[in-house]
Amino acid sequence: MFDVKSIKAEHKLLAEYTYEPAKLNRGYTDKTLYVNIGENQIKEKNVSKEMKEKFIGGKGYGLRYLWDATKPDTKWNDPENEIVIAGGPLCGITQYPGAGKSLVVTISPMTDLVIDSNVGGYFGPFLKFSGFDAMEIQGKAEKDIIIYINGNDGKITIEEAPLEAIDGHVISEQLTEMYADNEEDKKNISVISAGTAANHANIGLLNFSFYDLRRGVTRLKQAGRGGIGRVFRDKKIKAVVIKFKGTKGNLNNPADQSLINKAGIKLHKQIHDYDDVQCRMRQIGTANIIEVMDQYDLLPVHNYQYGNHPDTYKIASNVFVEKFITQGMPDGCWFGCSLSCAKAADKFEIQTGPYKGHLVTVDGPEYENAAGLGANCGIFDPRLILEANFYCDTYGVDTISFGTICAFAMECYERGIIDKEATGGLDLRFGNGLAQLELLHQMSRGEGFGAKIGLGVKKLKEIFVKEHGADADFLNEIGMEQKGLEVSEYLPKESLAQQGGYGLTNKGPQHDEAWLIFMDMVNNQIPTFEDKAEALHYFPMFRTWFGLMGLCKLPWNDTSPPDNHLTDEPAKMPEHVQHYVNLYNGVTGSSIDKNELILQSERVYNFQRVFNIRRGKGLRKQDAMPYRAMGPVTIEEYESRQERYDQQLVELLGYNPEGKTTKEKIKVMKEYRLDQYEKLTDAVYKRRGWTPNGVPTKEHLKSIGMDLPELFEVVDKHM
Amino acid sequence: MKVLMKNDEVCIGCGLCEEVCSKAYFKENHSSKSAIQVAKGETNEINVCNQCGVCIDICPVLAITRDKNGVVRINKKECVGCFMCVGFCPQLSMRQHDDYIEPFKCIACGLCGKDCPTNAIWIEDVDKEPMEKL
Repeated sequence: MFDVKSIKAEHKLLAEYTYEPAKLNRGYTDKTLYVNIGENQIKEKNVSKEMKEKFIGGKGYGLRYLWDATKPDTKWNDPENEIVIAGGPLCGITQYPGAGKSLVVTISPMTDLVIDSNVGGYFGPFLKFSGFDAMEIQGKAEKDIIIYINGNDGKITIEEAPLEAIDGHVISEQLTEMYADNEEDKKNISVISAGTAANHANIGLLNFSFYDLRRGVTRLKQAGRGGIGRVFRDKKIKAVVIKFKGTKGNLNNPADQSLINKAGIKLHKQIHDYDDVQCRMRQIGTANIIEVMDQYDLLPVHNYQYGNHPDTYKIASNVFVEKFITQGMPDGCWFGCSLSCAKAADKFEIQTGPYKGHLVTVDGPEYENAAGLGANCGIFDPRLILEANFYCDTYGVDTISFGTICAFAMECYERGIIDKEATGGLDLRFGNGLAQLELLHQMSRGEGFGAKIGLGVKKLKEIFVKEHGADADFLNEIGMEQKGLEVSEYLPKESLAQQGGYGLTNKGPQHDEAWLIFMDMVNNQIPTFEDKAEALHYFPMFRTWFGLMGLCKLPWNDTSPPDNHLTDEPAKMPEHVQHYVNLYNGVTGSSIDKNELILQSERVYNFQRVFNIRRGKGLRKQDAMPYRAMGPVTIEEYESRQERYDQQLVELLGYNPEGKTTKEKIKVMKEYRLDQYEKLTDAVYKRRGWTPNGVPTKEHLKSIGMDLPELFEVVDKHM
Repeated sequence: MKVLMKNDEVCIGCGLCEEVCSKAYFKENHSSKSAIQVAKGETNEINVCNQCGVCIDICPVLAITRDKNGVVRINKKECVGCFMCVGFCPQLSMRQHDDYIEPFKCIACGLCGKDCPTNAIWIEDVDKEPMEKL
C-alpha cells in the first residue's frame, strides 16, 4: 500500500483559483473552465448564446474551443493544442441509462486530425455539478502536475505532484484515497489519468474513474481512441481530480422532470424484462457478441484475414460469465445505468510484468478487447486476454489500436516481412499471448519493438518499408488503418455499408459513427447505394447526437422494446428516439422533434469535417480504405471463402471463374469492389451535401444554419 | 421480519388504505402518493411491497437496506433518484411520484391495516427464509 499523506506532502502549489460554483439551469451552467498549465492560469469563460445554439454541448463545445485555440498547422504536441472535456446538457441526469458521459476532444497524435472520444466514469457529471459545461486544458507543464477541482468549495488548484504513480489503476486509487474524507466519500471523487505507456506510445488513452462501493475499488473507463492519453502525458499531466459531494437526481435543474422520469422508468422496466433474453448486457456487457460475430463470419481473425475461428468457443461470452466476471452488481459507469455493462473480473491474478502476483479488478473484457487482443491476434486464452486488457488500461493503451497493430505485426512476422531480429527476439506468431504482453511491458518502458508498436500501423508500415525492405503496396493493403487510426474490431469485407461506415468518417475507422454490418450484410435492409447512403447519413448524425448530450449509445439499441420489429423503421428504434427527444425537451425546455435532433448533429458533424479540411485533410482521398477491409488480399483469404467469392463473380460481375487462377480472380474481384466503394462514396457525399471531393458545400452549410464565415473561408478554397 | 400481508378476496376496493398511507407520509389524500395501491375492478388487487429486497442489490449507492425488523428502507439522503429500483421491482411495488426525486415504498408501519374495514391487510412477523422463497 501507499502512504498518501507523504505523497501529498510533496505537492507544490503552482496556482489556485476560487470561484462561486454556478448552478445548473435546464442542463447548463453556461460557464466553462479554462486551465493553462504552461502559464499556471485558471479562469472561467461564459458561453455565448450562439455557441450554445449551434454547438449544443459535449463534443460540440470541444470542437468549437479547439478550433479557436489552434491554428491549421498546430501539431498534437504543440502547447496550444488543448484537451477539452465536456458533458452535454443531459450529462448528469440519473433517471435514464447511460447519462454520465464525458466527451474528450484534442488534436490526435495518430491522425493529426481532431479526435473525440466518449467516456464514462463520474468526471463529466461532477464537472457540471461543480459549475462547468466544459473544461479546456492548454499549455504544457514543466514538471508532472495534477489539477484538482473541488466543486463544493469552489476551489481549483494546479499542483506539482512528483510522487504519484503514473499507471492508471494505481494513481486513481492514490488520488481517490487522498482527496476523500473517508471511505464513504470516495464515491464523490473522479480521477482522469493515463499510464506509463502513454509517456511514449501515440496510442495512449485516458482513464476516467469512478468508485465502486461494493467492490471497494476505483474502476476505470476509457477515452480510448486516437491517443488523447499521449497528449495528456506530453503536457506532463499526471491526473485531473474532481470532487463533488451531494449528487441528487435533479441537479441538472430540468424544465420538466416528469418527462425524464417517465422515459427512464420505462427503459429500466424494459431492461428488467428483456435484457436476459436480448443482449445480456447486465450479465456480460458488450462481450455478449463474441460468438455472434464468429457465427456471422465477422470476428476479425489473424489481422482481419478471416471472420471466424474454431477456437472461438474458448473465449465465448459464457466463459467470462462463468469463470471471471462478478455477477449481480449494479455495474453502471454513472448512477442510474440499469443496462449495467461495465463488467469486472475481481481478484484476478496477474501473471506477468510489474504487477505480477497482484490481485486486481479488471474492467472488461469489452467485445473489442476480446476480439482485438484475442481473436485478431489468434489468441484464444481468456486469462491472457484479461491480463492484456488490464495492462492496456493501467498503462494507458487503446486496446483497439493495440490489438489491430499487434495483429498487423504478427502477420508481417508470419509472412517473413519482419523477423526475430526486428522484434528484438520476440516470436511474434499469431497466438503468442505472452509475446503480446511483453510488447505492452516494453511500451510502458518506451523500449524495444513494443515502443515501435505504440506508434501505430501507419508509422510501422513506413518503418518496415524503410528498415526491412517491405513491399509498401502490400503493407498498405493489409495494414488496417485509415487516416492514421486503426480499424476497430469488425470484419467489414462483406458489408459495403460498413466499409463506408469505417471509411467515410471524420475521425478514422471507429464504430462510433456507424455500425451497419447487421443492417446491411445480415438483414439486407439497405440494398441500394441510395439506401446505404441514407443510412450513412442518418446513423452517423444520430450517433453524433449522443456526443453532444453526454450520453452513451448503448441504451439506444442494445435493448429493444418488444414490439420494435413492428415499427416502420426498426433499425432506428423509434420508441427510443422518442425517449431521447423527450429527455432533451425535458431537460432544456425546448420542443425539438426527431428531425431537429438530426439537424443539431449535422451542424457539428459538418463543422468537424471542415475542421479537418482546415488542417489540410478531410477530403476524398483520405476516405479510402485499405483493401483488406474491402475484399480478399491474399490467395489464402480468397480460397478460405472461395465458394462465396466465385459465386459473386458469376452473379454480380457475369465473370466465369472456371479455369481461372485465384490470382486472376482476386484481381477481378478487387476492381469490382473498389469501384463499388467509389460509387458508395459518391452517393454518401451527395446525401450529406458535400462535393464529390468530400467538402461541405456553402449551400448545405447555409441550409443547416452553419453559414459561419470561418467555415466559408475554408471551403471556398475547395469550390 | 415485518411484512404487510394481504387477502385480495376480501378487499372491497374502498381506497381507505391509500388515503391513510398518503396522508401519513405526504400529508395529502392521493392514491398516487400511497405505498399501497389497489387496482379496483370486478376483483380488487392489492399491490404492496413484500419486503423481498431485490431493490437492495439494484441500488447503485447502497441507499436501500434492510432494517433490524427486516423491513426494506430507503435512505433518502443517499438516494440519487435514478429509479432503477422502480423499474426492477418484481412486484411493481416501488413507487415514484414526480413531485419527489426519491422513490418510496411500504415500510410495514401497519397504519393502513388498522383502518381496513374488511381486514384485507394486516402486519405479520414472518420468517425471512420463507419470504425469500416467495
